[in-house]
Amino acid sequence: MTEVTKAPEGAAQEAVVGTSLWKDAYRRLKKNRLAVLGFVVVCIVVLASAVGPSIIQRATGYTYDYIPTDPTLVTSQPPFTAPDGSFAWTHPMGTDDAGRDILARVLLGGRISLMVGVISTMVSLIIGIAVGATAGYLGGRVDEAIMRLVDVLYSIPYMMVVIVLLAFFGGRSPISQLFLLFVALGAVSWLTMARIVRGQVMSLKSQEFILAARATGVPAARIILRHLVPNTLGPVIVYATLTVPSVMLLESFLSFLGLGVQAPLASWGSLAADGIQNLAVFPWQLICPGLTMAVTLFALNFLGDGLRDALDPQMRKG
Amino acid sequence: MAPLLSVRDLRTWFDEEDLTAKAVDGVNFELNRGETLGIVGESGSGKSVTNLSIMRLVPSPPGRVVSGEIVFDGRDLLKLPAEEMRRIRGRRIAMIFQDPMTSLNPFMRVSQQLMEVTQLHLGHSKAEAYAHAVRMLEVVGIPDARRRVDGYPHEFSGGMRQRVMIAMALSCKPELLIADEPTTALDVTIQAQILELIKTLKQDTGASVIMITHDLGVVAGMTDRILVMYAGRVFESAPTAELFSRPSNPYTAGLLRSVPDPTDDSHAPLYQIPGLPPDVARLPPGCPFAPRCARAEAVCREHFPPWVQLTPQHHSLCHFATELFESGSIAPSTSSTATSGLENR
Repeated sequence: MTEVTKAPEGAAQEAVVGTSLWKDAYRRLKKNRLAVLGFVVVCIVVLASAVGPSIIQRATGYTYDYIPTDPTLVTSQPPFTAPDGSFAWTHPMGTDDAGRDILARVLLGGRISLMVGVISTMVSLIIGIAVGATAGYLGGRVDEAIMRLVDVLYSIPYMMVVIVLLAFFGGRSPISQLFLLFVALGAVSWLTMARIVRGQVMSLKSQEFILAARATGVPAARIILRHLVPNTLGPVIVYATLTVPSVMLLESFLSFLGLGVQAPLASWGSLAADGIQNLAVFPWQLICPGLTMAVTLFALNFLGDGLRDALDPQMRKG
Repeated sequence: MAPLLSVRDLRTWFDEEDLTAKAVDGVNFELNRGETLGIVGESGSGKSVTNLSIMRLVPSPPGRVVSGEIVFDGRDLLKLPAEEMRRIRGRRIAMIFQDPMTSLNPFMRVSQQLMEVTQLHLGHSKAEAYAHAVRMLEVVGIPDARRRVDGYPHEFSGGMRQRVMIAMALSCKPELLIADEPTTALDVTIQAQILELIKTLKQDTGASVIMITHDLGVVAGMTDRILVMYAGRVFESAPTAELFSRPSNPYTAGLLRSVPDPTDDSHAPLYQIPGLPPDVARLPPGCPFAPRCARAEAVCREHFPPWVQLTPQHHSLCHFATELFESGSIAPSTSSTATSGLENR
């Protein structure tokens, strides 16, 4: 549209990209308080999930699947309460029906939820970039065929696909279930990524530096990998950071339905599913994992929005 | 000796909705080793498409080379397999583009872009390629090349970037260098430097050069021979000096008159060829230049002009080529009366 008419100015601006793009983006990101807050919260959650479980084990002896041997302890205690009803630091989030420490389980759930979010996003990134860049660069019939296929896949309700996949192939072991989850979620979320990358590549490929690369005899695969893909990174990063929370939510939803992560592993979704059964009596069993998840998802979304504003100022509204 | 490059009857057409734009329609020329050829013409005359056809980089669709032969060093480039053509690009035929601001990848260091060429074509190792990149930047006169080679394109000015492009193009010592308006986007002082650089490097490497431009001033001091193109055709082809002294085509004469003359202090408005270049999808049956031509007669509008040989080196596509050639040159007064005569009619 405007690319053709604005080429000379746009070109001059394009040229300023390079190292300063990241510095510039960082400066803009720092100004956005919510995004910085989101970033800090995400860092805390990631750190806590990574090292938290082992710290708890050192401090109290509880792990995510440790069920106390003392039968009097196999009961759900409220947060910060010792078995005798007095205040104690032992279980900041209380324990569940089996007497397991909920904090330890939430942190483990965080590990798995974040892992699902990040790895599934990676899977979708790889498929999306490969498909989108190929379609955009080759153009013509190949592009037509690939994008029609994407359109068809778009029209299939992805939740159905994931449920069918998990119901069919799932349930062998908790770990294989987890891998299936990565693949299934990645496989349904690459479609938008492919469209974004294709659009970027199509507008980039008419630029002179791509023609220049072709004129120096650079092979097509190398042009895509070294010249086109790096130039699409801005929007791709933005979309990826926004994909992470949406995939995590999807995973929680599946686990909540009992299709996702299987016991004794836990994710925020499966913890919430466990908690909701005792909501009236032991509300902390739902509130603790639910709140953690809500805060993390908010933080990721704020961060993603902030990154979009920082990396893609033209998209900013108002 | 056989010419390095010979283009025969090249036709590159672009398919539009229901028409065909004949961007290049029957172009013939030869280029000897070590020779510099200028291709001159207005925008849309087919200069760039001719050269993209040589490189086989015409965007397709909508473009396609309909017919012709491009014989480079004894082989028809149009018949080569894509992979072999790729190995020729950058290695034996290199290209410099018009706008240095957009022809470097903004995300890659200059060193990486320079290294890519020699790693691909000369099989250089990383270290060799890096050393070569620094050397090439020194050759094209970038001060402090050792430090600047690691910079990104945005850290270079337009003239410096064009030098980087030239360094990239000459990295593999190509036999043919195609410069597509290499100075159009640069300011005048830099233009002179870049032209001088191309000239020196050409002498050092012995490469043949095709210089595309719409600025006759640029080609005057650089080229051995000039092709004048209009509407996808070669209108005149002559050795540089002769083209300037005895233009034998009204179009060439018009172009020459549109060059500002700094010694002229008559304050008369600068001559301009009336009208606009034609739409190559809707060409009239006769001479494509006839509607804008001061010399045009009825025959021009009905019959396509012949390709007249005036001397062994000098050809012109015009019904009146011989007459114009004999008259020495078109005197400004005669052609302006002819213009007014046309208006009165």
